[in-house]
Parts: sequence; structure tokens; C-alpha cells
Amino acid sequence: MKIRNYWNLRDFGASIWENAGRPMRVAIVLISILLVGLLPFMGGSFLATPIASFDAVLVYPVGMFVLMSLGLNIVVGKSGMLDLGYVAFFAIGAYTMAILGTTTKLNTWEIMPIGIAFAMIAGVLLGIPTLRLRGDYLAIVTLGFGEIVRLVVLNSTWSKGPNGIANIPMPPHFGPLKFELENQRLFFWVVMAMILLTIWMIRRLTVRRPGRAWEAIRQDEDAAELMGVHTLKYKIWSFTLGAAVGGAAGVLYASKNLYIAPEMFTLNVSILILACVVFGGIGNIWGVIIGATILGYLPDRIRFISDARLLVFGLVLVIVMNFRPDGLLPRKKREKAIVKKGANA
Amino acid sequence: MRLEIKDLHVHYGKIEAIKGVSVVVNEGEIVTLIGANGAGKTTMLKTISGLRPVTSGQIIFDGKDISKVPAHERVDLGISQAPEGRGIFPGMTVLENLEMGKFHRKNRKAEMQEDLEKVYHLFPRLKERVSQAGGTLSGGEQQMLAIGRALMTRPKVLLLDEPSMGLAPQMIANIFRIITEINKTGVTILLVEQNAQQALQRAHRAYILETGNIVKEAKASDLLDDPAVREAYLGTGAH
Repeated sequence: MKIRNYWNLRDFGASIWENAGRPMRVAIVLISILLVGLLPFMGGSFLATPIASFDAVLVYPVGMFVLMSLGLNIVVGKSGMLDLGYVAFFAIGAYTMAILGTTTKLNTWEIMPIGIAFAMIAGVLLGIPTLRLRGDYLAIVTLGFGEIVRLVVLNSTWSKGPNGIANIPMPPHFGPLKFELENQRLFFWVVMAMILLTIWMIRRLTVRRPGRAWEAIRQDEDAAELMGVHTLKYKIWSFTLGAAVGGAAGVLYASKNLYIAPEMFTLNVSILILACVVFGGIGNIWGVIIGATILGYLPDRIRFISDARLLVFGLVLVIVMNFRPDGLLPRKKREKAIVKKGANA
Repeated sequence: MRLEIKDLHVHYGKIEAIKGVSVVVNEGEIVTLIGANGAGKTTMLKTISGLRPVTSGQIIFDGKDISKVPAHERVDLGISQAPEGRGIFPGMTVLENLEMGKFHRKNRKAEMQEDLEKVYHLFPRLKERVSQAGGTLSGGEQQMLAIGRALMTRPKVLLLDEPSMGLAPQMIANIFRIITEINKTGVTILLVEQNAQQALQRAHRAYILETGNIVKEAKASDLLDDPAVREAYLGTGAH
């Protein structure tokens, strides 16, 4: 017997997906990609954002938030480590782009792997000593790390201190397609491609051994260790992959914004990205995407009420978390009994 | 596969939980470590399985000192622990929990079905519950799952941490019967218990642990008749 609960969007979506054959799945994916890809042309509809241009909002904050939330979700959602300093990796990516972009002839795509590598190295360096800690202690150390990175760039001459770095080059043309500030469609498509790549990576890893190991670590770290899971190694992997996504987002952000300064990389960003993850549903990539989209888009959509928008923003958070404490699209709750055929044999 | 612990000291911060304990577990034995709350029983097991670092002393297994080997590698050597409070993975199904026991085995695919059958044979209840989430099982079933999962690693020495904790008397008897059965298949067992009555009946030898020190070592059957032990651990209601 199949019960379809149309109000439970996650299970509804999952049931459509599981019942679909391969061609159907390919069609669903392609149509979704096409629809999302066409979003920048929706600027004239009710979706339009006052003040900021719609396609710019789609790139930042929406697209960037989605990308970073997906990265943070690997750390917080998959392996259950609370990281409050995620902005550090974003900052490392952004500063790599800013410094290399202004002092060398390398373009954005050449700097991208370097930025990702630096973020990953930072992830490993921070991870090896700190990932032996758990829960609140880890949260505090990562929070400290985020602040340290910001304070270092604020007080160093190579980063031009509080003045920040200006004249960061844009990405080079894609043939006839040009990156421009007035029309950020191309940026949006690049962010979208990066998001798709991240989703693909997470999905691949989740069904394999790293996914199993992360799941075990999240549920009971001691038991995971007793089963022969090298917990530290898998935790560092998870941390580093999250850092890589954050670094990639940072490189693109710097190259889009053309100017970065330390004040863009405060604790607020870490908290906001974490809010996106929690709001959407920790551990569920679709929930996280929806959460980040809403939290990125909403403040710009209601910008016409000026300062009151933050009040509305907070109110939405409180109301939604009251009605859906596990997020908009929570991950599957396995703690509840699942009756499958054959279980009562 | 003899497990020998020599002059073991373990600290939690500045507090010394294990103060120079020496224990020997010979191949094929059931050895029990009994003691009251806070005696250091769980700390002993966690140190042997590698979850707690050793301050000083040696853990010799199969002739080698393994006190510096990380926990996940001790599993490969053949030491497996069923953690206290049934540390199972609550969000994974029974089958997934059991499969986790094979996480680090090299030829896990070949061994999987065979070992699953062995576990189901010992615990038929687990087979009935294969696709149920671990967190939804009853206390006794969770204990079975914890032991079954430990067996999936093909241990030479099985460390059991208070398998009777919080269980109904009938379930306790059942679990202890299965422990004896596991031992007969050639698995050496180190059993930590507060339920001295059951533990002493099943074990070959016993150690009594008091605030981090071994105060007595004897054949289990001798301790059952020891008036001091009866007084301290078996209580007046013992039968």
C-alpha cells in the first residue's frame, strides 16, 4: 500500500523520483535546470526586487547563499559538526582572488583552483588540531578561527587593511558572452553550474563510504570509532570539502564584486549561512537550497519597507521555526518506525 | 590471543580513574570485571578499545603492546566493544547498523552475508527487525544489536559493557545465555558488570574493581561463595 502525503513535500518529491524511470529522471533534472536557468529573465514579474536589480540579487545573495549553505551543510548536516567560522573559508577564497587578480595576470578561472586549494589547506590546518573537540567546544574554536581570519586581513598591509582591495578583475569572456555588472545573468549561470557541481559531489559521496562514515559519526562518534571508522580522517575530509565550496564561492564573489574589504567577512555571514541551513532543514540538500533561496531573496524583495525588513525577516524566521522546527524540508527521520515489506516476515 | 593489561593508569584531566590495574584475559575465557558505580569499569573497557588514552602502563594483545594504537585500528586486530548504554546508531536500520560493523574489514563483501546469518542465528529478533530504525528498538533489542554489530567485526576478544543495564530479568538471563554461546564459538570475552550474580555464574574468572584498584582476583565460582563479596556485591536478596 502506498500512502501519498501531499503535504509532506519531501516524501512527495521522493516518491515521484523513486517511481520515475531513467528517462523520466533525466527529463525532470533537465527541465528543472532549464527553469532555474531562465530565472534571470523573470525580472519583470512579481518576483522583481525593488532597488537592487533582480539578476544581481539572484547572484548575490541568493546564488552565493545557496552555494555556501550547501558547503556548510556537508560539515553541519552530514557529519554533525557545528562550524561557526565558515565565513573564514569564504574570506580566504575572496582574498586569494583579490590579491592574485590584482598583482598577477591570472584570470578568475585560473585563480579558482588556487583559492579552493588555499581554503582546503586552511581547513586541514584548522581541522587537525580542533576536530578532536566535539559539539560546543568545536563551535567556539571555529568561531574564533573566523574572527582570526577577519582580524588578520584587517590588520595586514598585504591585504590593504580596512581599505580593502579594489579593481579586482572580472572573469574573462566566454566567447561572445561577456561578464558585466549591469547584466549579471552570466554570473548567475556560473553560480548555478557551481551549485550543480556541489550537489553532484555531495550526492556521490553520500551514497558511498564517506557518507556512511559521516552518518555514523553524526549519530554516535564513539560507536563509529569502535566500528573501525577513522573518525578524525573523515571529519577532516568533511570539513575540508565544506571549506573548498566556501573558497570557491569566495573567489567568484570577489571577481563579481570587484572590491572586497574585511567588514564583508564578519561573524554575521557565518551565522546567516548557518540560519539558511537550519531554516531549510539540516542535512537535506533540497531543504538547504530552499532555505538559502528564501533567506537570501526575502530581504531584497521587501527592501521597500527599508529598516522594517529586518524585523519582518526575524519574524519569518521565528514563525517558520515554530511551525517547522526541523526546517522547511527536514531530512528523513529514521528514528520513527519504518515498516517495509518483508520486515514482519 | 591473550589480552594482558599491565599496571594501567588512566586519567580524566587530573583525576586518576584507573590506578595501576593489571588484568589477564586468557584465550577462550570469559572474564568479568565487577564493581560499583564509579569504580572505573567502563573506563577500563574504553581504554582497552582505545577510546581513552593511556597515561602509563601497557595493554598487551597477542604479544604486542597496543596501548598507542588508535581505536579504529584495534578493531582490525580483533578487539571489539559493545558500548555501554547500547551505543547503536539510532537513525540507521538494524541492517545498516550491522553493516557498519564491517566498515573496516577488507573483504567485507565476501563476509557480509555469512556473518549476518550468524548474528541472526544468535539473535532471531534482529532478523525480524532488519529494516526498523535502531532507535525504535526496545532496550533488550538494542543490546542485542550492539552485541551483534560488535560480532560483525569478527572479534577475537569481545568487550561487553554492562549488557544487563536497564533490562528486564528475563531479558538479562537471555543475554547472558547468548554471551556463553558466543564464548563457545571461540570468542574470548571480557565482561564488565554490576549484576554480579549473573556475571559470576557465567564467567570463568573475575576481578573486583574498587575506585580504580583491583581488590580481588579469583575463580568466579569462588567469589560467588565468598561472604565478603556476597555482602558487598550480591546483596541480601541474591538467590
